[in-house]
Amino acid sequence: MHELGIVMNAVRQVEKAAADNGVQKVVGVTMEIGEVSTVVPELFLDAFNWAKKRTRFLGDAQLEMIIIEGRTYCQACGETYRTTEYGKKCPHCGSDETYLLTGDQVIIKDITAVSEEEESE
Amino acid sequence: MKLMETYLIKEDIISRNNEKAKDVRSLLEGKGVFYINLMSSPGAGKTTLLSKLIPLLSAEFRTGVIEADIDSDKDALAIERETGVRVIQMHTGGACHITCQMSLEALEALGTDGLDLIFLENIGNLVCPAEFDTGADMNLVLLSVPEGDDKPLKYPLMFEVANAVAVTKLDVAPVFDFNGDTAVGNIKKRNKNAKIFFTCAKDGAGVEELAQYIREQAVKKIRKD
Repeated sequence: MHELGIVMNAVRQVEKAAADNGVQKVVGVTMEIGEVSTVVPELFLDAFNWAKKRTRFLGDAQLEMIIIEGRTYCQACGETYRTTEYGKKCPHCGSDETYLLTGDQVIIKDITAVSEEEESE
Repeated sequence: MKLMETYLIKEDIISRNNEKAKDVRSLLEGKGVFYINLMSSPGAGKTTLLSKLIPLLSAEFRTGVIEADIDSDKDALAIERETGVRVIQMHTGGACHITCQMSLEALEALGTDGLDLIFLENIGNLVCPAEFDTGADMNLVLLSVPEGDDKPLKYPLMFEVANAVAVTKLDVAPVFDFNGDTAVGNIKKRNKNAKIFFTCAKDGAGVEELAQYIREQAVKKIRKD
């Protein structure tokens, strides 16, 4: 249950971005969550909805999560494969000289915000 | 008139922690301090092992300890009573791991001046602490006999990030189905390079071997004469 800590971190950065850009409120936050990032999307959403009520700009914000597939690269044979299916052991050649290419990220991709434009004369 | 706009952020929360870890490493590099992150399940014997390990090291290395817990100052008081070294207690207020920001604040609170070796006793948890780089030079992971020799298979990341694994509570092995060879095999399956020690803090078995390993690694960094 470390999702809350990660959410608090993300919310703080979104608040800062909102303040820096002088927006009125944030209506959407898009995040990329790697499927082997250890973040559980359901828990993350719950934590986000709890945390947003305690912020200045995010009260009405909707969270969208884009799940990024975990891919592992095999140094022995040069193939890549799906991490969640085979783990550390390459299904092509059996080597465990492998490393994760992608899928462990937790990224704030973008935010959608509303700003009130003053009527110019 | 209301305007709707999208702002690109592209910030990785995990890599942000790792960036912070670089700050911690360069701070400690400059100060000549060796920093050890001690991790295990709750109750594996982190505090007890530390209280036996520190007296073997503190004559040669001026040692400090950061105790991290969700609540209570029990561990810091025990370390102070048993070893007399500089120690602070950090409370995470519910958080199940130490982020690098917390690690940095704790180092500042402890004070790095006049110290050569600092232990961070992380929250007892075999999952989350492994995911957050604290900026330490060494990850020391404990695996206690009652937990079972299969833990490296069930909590892989913790054993993948370990530089050294110390099996603890060796004295109770006769009453548990803990097989030392199986444990070594399971650890090696996760991490070929991990150094493995078999210890018992109660009778001191294996603690000197672990202390010697820490001495060698610390000297490499701080080059004491």
